[in-house]
Amino acid sequence: MSHLDPLLLARTQFGFTISFHIIFPAITIGLGSYLAVLEGLWLLRKNPVYIDLYHFWSKAFAVNFGMGVVSGLVMAYEFGTNWSGFSTFAGGVTGPLLAYEVLTAFFLEAGFLGVMLFGWTKVGPGLHFFATVMVAAGTIVSMTWILASNSWMQTPQGYEIIDGRVVPTDWLKVIFNPSFPYRLVHMGLAAYLATALFVSAAGAWHLLKHRDNPRVRTMFSMAMWMILITAPIQILAGDQQGRNTLQYQPAKIAAMEGHWANTPGEAVPLILFGWPDMADQKTLDAVEIPHLGSLILTHSWDGQFPGLDDFPGPNRPDSTIIFWTFRVMVGLGMLMLLLGLGGAWFRWRGQLYHQRLFLRFAVAMGPAGLIALLAGWMTTEIGRQPWIVYGVMRTSDAVSHHSALAMSVSLVIFVVMYCAVFGTGISYLLKVVAQEPLRSPPIPSTDDPHLRPARPLSAAPDIDPTPTSGRT
Amino acid sequence: MGIDLPLIWILIIAFGLMMYVVMDGFDLGIGILFPFVPLRSDRDLMVNTVAPVWDGNETWLVLGGAGLLAAFPLAYSVLLSALYIPVVLMLMGLILRGVAFEFRFKADESHRPFWDVAFAGGSYTAAFFQGAALGAFIDGFTVTGPSYDGGALDWLTPFSVFTGIGVIVAYALLGSTWLTMKTEGALQGRMILYAKRIVPVLLVGIGIVSLWTPLAHAAIARRWFSVPDIFYFAPVPILVLATSWQLMRLLTGGSDGKVPHAGPFLLALFLLFLGYSGLAISLWPNIIPPGVSFRAAAAPPQSQGFALVGALLIVPIILAYTGWAYYVFRGKVREGEGYH
Ligand code: HDD
Ligand code: HEM
Ligand code: HEM
Repeated sequence: MSHLDPLLLARTQFGFTISFHIIFPAITIGLGSYLAVLEGLWLLRKNPVYIDLYHFWSKAFAVNFGMGVVSGLVMAYEFGTNWSGFSTFAGGVTGPLLAYEVLTAFFLEAGFLGVMLFGWTKVGPGLHFFATVMVAAGTIVSMTWILASNSWMQTPQGYEIIDGRVVPTDWLKVIFNPSFPYRLVHMGLAAYLATALFVSAAGAWHLLKHRDNPRVRTMFSMAMWMILITAPIQILAGDQQGRNTLQYQPAKIAAMEGHWANTPGEAVPLILFGWPDMADQKTLDAVEIPHLGSLILTHSWDGQFPGLDDFPGPNRPDSTIIFWTFRVMVGLGMLMLLLGLGGAWFRWRGQLYHQRLFLRFAVAMGPAGLIALLAGWMTTEIGRQPWIVYGVMRTSDAVSHHSALAMSVSLVIFVVMYCAVFGTGISYLLKVVAQEPLRSPPIPSTDDPHLRPARPLSAAPDIDPTPTSGRT
Repeated sequence: MGIDLPLIWILIIAFGLMMYVVMDGFDLGIGILFPFVPLRSDRDLMVNTVAPVWDGNETWLVLGGAGLLAAFPLAYSVLLSALYIPVVLMLMGLILRGVAFEFRFKADESHRPFWDVAFAGGSYTAAFFQGAALGAFIDGFTVTGPSYDGGALDWLTPFSVFTGIGVIVAYALLGSTWLTMKTEGALQGRMILYAKRIVPVLLVGIGIVSLWTPLAHAAIARRWFSVPDIFYFAPVPILVLATSWQLMRLLTGGSDGKVPHAGPFLLALFLLFLGYSGLAISLWPNIIPPGVSFRAAAAPPQSQGFALVGALLIVPIILAYTGWAYYVFRGKVREGEGYH
């Protein structure tokens, strides 16, 4: 590809925009549930620590949500602008799923978000809690529909092809396609893990800054519990997903493992590191552990699974890329497990809030969840190539007929806009989180007639409350 | 089965798009009026009148896209390929406008003027390219088989530039009358003044589009000016004039000099609804003008039927809780009413 190929440009553009998008929903899903839990605990136990944390994190939530919405808006139109062949062909399946997502999730989130962020003085605590729960539920419903759509593209079923387009015949089969349950669990856990790592990094950072107060301790402790529970489950879920992929997309697994050929009767080793070379058709400089590949993927001592040589050249995904993205994800997953276990150990020893080396580790792991999540998605999506709907439609038949010029110009616009706008937004987000979590001023009562529409906008502070007054 | 799925779906999508135009119309209108309101506190107030609801308003646009993909995938892919450039630029405008809601308040003091510019600039950009896309839509597209066959810049014509500007003016009217309803005092006075200036401009714009389209497109002329259709459709222009007249009357305080409240906003909504119906009359039944009808672009009945169940069950619920959210934030918005 020496010249600029519109297909490559369209793929780059889509990959770029959706990678930015997914970062925000992942945090929205995690923080949404976290906020609902915090508000619930506050209502239940009346401990002000929870409501203070709610206010603290709802500011980050608001900034993040705004970015998720606008980047998502782009996605809803990009299927048509970039992939008109795909939309005409498969819109009968992906369209209704997306429509359900809008109807059941996006409206729900948007409708209750205003009350959640700006409604403290306008509705009672019960109704406010209800609004928070609705927003949190909306994020999860949203994830469910979009993953049904994406999983159908990975493992399509429940359809017929009539007159050159997909006609759904069984919606239950379409939605509950073979990879959907695995993907839903794995992605949901990924969102919770990514958020827990972010929250724990914020807590650890404040602790390192000697801002040891009950709010900081509570957020750090809650996040550590979350990581301890979800990290091991995520590894098991990933293992299950890998076995599911082996069943339905064996070429993807072969590429992820850099596995080219089987020797009859011999076990498959696990290649820890190496350089899969697509031209040479072998993995160079491989560092291997014998039998482990068989053990992980077939759960038997010397089971075999297909190598890339078993697939015709044009049907092979790019092993060089996904071999490495997969290892980034798995490696980070192991580090998360280590972090969770470390947290449990230091908690047991009574040093959770003081072990500075451990706190530094927690800060460093802050972005790890999002990196693993992106690496996982790249593995999944690039591993699906050259298909856009696996085994049914090739990506090259899906692309819109734009000129390379139009595609390059728009790609440049996207890259510049996204980096500037979302880059700045992420810096604001980090700044909100870096402010010391203070005690909130009491909430004005709902029936005070002078408190009509409060300044409804920003959940974030315009002014810093004086730092000392709020210390406990 | 007796259910006419494509017909129901085209009506749902038309409804969704109309909801988008009127609801995000006044949000965007606020951004369009920004440059004419110098005072920082006034600007904050203006933004605060829509902060709790703008996200829901914009979601109607997402529904429009998703509904089109679900029910008329062919139209979705052809229209979005043909309108690639205006759609991308519109999205960029909406990104800037959307993040500015949050960023205006979270930025360092030195960044704030920038986000004000982004808020206004994003609103102008989004409104202009929506209008330009509308103009291109009226003019029609070159289609071969299932795909768009024209050039990347076919959408750009004097007519589409004109409709682009027209939509900016229309949104400005929605924005100024919305603020007439939600604010008081000097800011409200200013908004009433702006609204009074915008109404005549908009009327002239509507007039020009109403002449331009039948002159340029014989089919549209036939639709409006043949007997007996002319009698069915004659109420539309008459209602436009009557509504504008009543709107001006309310804005100038009527006979008893009262300060207007919600009246102008409701009339402005109605005016936009009329303009929208006029366009629908001109273009019906085409979903990709000039030649592809909505029936020809329909998705398989299995897809339309499945999505319809959801739409019919859920849209009323959405309208209910959206209405509730507006009710919670009802009334005038005042300065300095922060809560945390
Ligand atoms: C915090 C994020 C995170 C972590 C720690 C892991 N994953 Fe993962 N992984 C994802 C986040 C993710 C993801 C972003 O959610 C993906 C992309 C698509 C999907 O369904 O999940 C994914 C995809 C994905 C796939 C591709 C499936 C396919 O394409 O069909 C496999 C085989 C695994 N994962 C396996 C694992 C294993 C064995 C892990 C052990 C440590 C692991 N993942 C940790
Ligand atoms: C949210 C996390 C996701 C990420 C980070 C992601 C990432 C990517 C990347 C990197 C590509 C380019 C692959 C290549 O061309 O080699 C791609 C392609 C694509 N993905 Fe995803 N994806 C995500 C989710 C989804 C979902 C949920 C859907 C559908 C509902 C989807 C649909 C597509 C389509 C249509 C393409 C274009 C064709 C292609 O190049 O494969 N993606 N994605
Ligand atoms: C696994 C992949 C995805 C997940 C989990 C996901 C989830 C979400 C969530 C939770 C939101 C809510 C707002 C926020 O982000 O803060 C959102 C927004 C949005 N997403 Fe995604 N999304 C994914 C991929 C996609 C794709 C592929 C599309 C395009 C078809 C898309 C379209 C949208 C749109 C249009 C919005 C804005 C809706 C609004 O007004 O609230 N998303 N997404």
